[in-house]
Amino acid sequence: MTTSLRGAEERTSSDVAPGTAVLEVDGISVSLGGRQILDTVGFRVQPGEFTGLIGSNGAGKTTLLRVILGLQAPGSGRVLLAGRPRRRRNSSIGYVPQKILLDPDMPMRARDIVGLGLDGQRLGIPLPSARRRAAVDEMLAAVGAERFADARVGTLSGGEQQRVLIAHALIARPRLLLLDEPLANLDLRSGQAVIALLHRIAIDHQIAILLSAHEMNPLLPVMDRVVYLAEGRAASGTTDEVICTEVLSGLYGHHVDVLHVHGRVIVVAGGAPDQAPHPLGAVVDGDPIIHLR
Amino acid sequence: MHWVIEPGFFSSQPVHTALVLGSVVAVVSGIVGVFTVLRAQSFAGHALTDVSTAGGSGALLVGLSPLLGFVGFGLLGAGAMDAIGVQRVRGRDLATGVVLGAATGLAALFLYLDTTSGATTGATQTILFGSIFTIDRSTIPIVIAFSLVAVGLIGLLYRPLLLASTSAEIAASRGVPVRLMGLGFMAAMAIAVGLSALAIGAILSTALLIGPAATALRLTKRIGAAIGAAALIGVVETWLGVLLAYDSFDWGSGHAGLPVSSFIVLLTFAGYLTSGLPWARRLSGRRTELVGAISGAAQRP
Repeated sequence: MTTSLRGAEERTSSDVAPGTAVLEVDGISVSLGGRQILDTVGFRVQPGEFTGLIGSNGAGKTTLLRVILGLQAPGSGRVLLAGRPRRRRNSSIGYVPQKILLDPDMPMRARDIVGLGLDGQRLGIPLPSARRRAAVDEMLAAVGAERFADARVGTLSGGEQQRVLIAHALIARPRLLLLDEPLANLDLRSGQAVIALLHRIAIDHQIAILLSAHEMNPLLPVMDRVVYLAEGRAASGTTDEVICTEVLSGLYGHHVDVLHVHGRVIVVAGGAPDQAPHPLGAVVDGDPIIHLR
Repeated sequence: MHWVIEPGFFSSQPVHTALVLGSVVAVVSGIVGVFTVLRAQSFAGHALTDVSTAGGSGALLVGLSPLLGFVGFGLLGAGAMDAIGVQRVRGRDLATGVVLGAATGLAALFLYLDTTSGATTGATQTILFGSIFTIDRSTIPIVIAFSLVAVGLIGLLYRPLLLASTSAEIAASRGVPVRLMGLGFMAAMAIAVGLSALAIGAILSTALLIGPAATALRLTKRIGAAIGAAALIGVVETWLGVLLAYDSFDWGSGHAGLPVSSFIVLLTFAGYLTSGLPWARRLSGRRTELVGAISGAAQRP
């Protein structure tokens, strides 16, 4: 499991000046269909940093990721990758989208998907070569997917598919890996295995990870930084800086309480003594089983 | 042996032409067909057959070769479907339905005019159900030229098309012009449908596009192997169909012969059903396990 991603290490050390953020999001605003989705959102991601993009459903997480990827033009603001504006063909970002529909009958093996990560954007038919095979095998091993390397991807479990897609995104040696809700369809154990895998990738290979999630608790042990999205606005910093009553109340525009329960964080609306209970009720973010008034 | 292969089969000029033409068409259909099934665009393929019907019957009306009508109209139809929005899921359904309806209306008009004008009384049969035994040898070069264009397109777009078929989002994030890929593929599909319209008739041409490809995809999980298998299965089914149609001249007392298209289409269906039988599933499963075991052993230090 100590497979090295040499390419990425060389590149991060050579053509990026030290201290330059891998990703800089600067004053991004997006309106879709007359509704403001993002309002001057800005934050930075440093090399090898694990960043959680946290927000409830509809908070604009996917839109923000699409802006970073260049799939959505922002109304204003800019995105810099390693200090430079993004180019159209960009191999410095790996992307794992939220939903990917892979039919069980689709004649694509896990290793074919990973191979497409290497050169899928190029024209022509890939020629089989020992180098290509070695690169694919190395990446399958790096994400612990050797066991199902030759299985049809559509027959794999959600967690297994997630690993294959991560390998697909990593094989092009990106400096930044974006994942849109990778934990959404996974059970707790598979989710934790994926988080551990990503954490190791970030540390071992200095690849920055930006991962969106609506539930922050599973990420608390590994997050270096959090970008919290609410009402189209974002707050970023370490978890201690951001996940507190003052900052989140400011974001939501009404009072919320941040409760710490056995190492977990629960964000609760409408707890201020001078305020009526928030009409939406209780938990804004956190374990939905506990409902507080 | 002669109760299987009737005397004169291999020395007959029409049979010879039919076999060459049928093989070329089956190979193109197999290659394009695998991507059609992969991209779940069988219905779009079917809409293109209706467009081809209109094109072929229209070409006859103005005295052109039906093949030019099949392919020319097919390409126009592909463009129309793209313009309406075949690249979005809902738009795809809508585009297919709209184009299919319009094309069928045109085909009905052209076929009516073809048959009433008197010069081409057999038009309905020729266009809709094909007449591979009556095709002139001189058509073969142009068929090969169209085939090379279609196969060349698939070869060129192979990787980005696979990536876009796996996830349009990922493909777009890596700079692949996803819509252009879809349009390029539709063009290849229009040519394949036009060619197989010539061989087995416009209305039946999806059978050759989808049948062998769907059969092959049941038997292998490797894309390259599926393409090869689809082409091979298509060729075998076409040859068998031609042979049975040739033999059928001697089945009844009337010496009329049964339509070759019916044989080919029924064989593609039978092939698909057979590939779903337990023995075929077991066979492909066992081969898969074997390949897995061998590659697993090779990777072990």
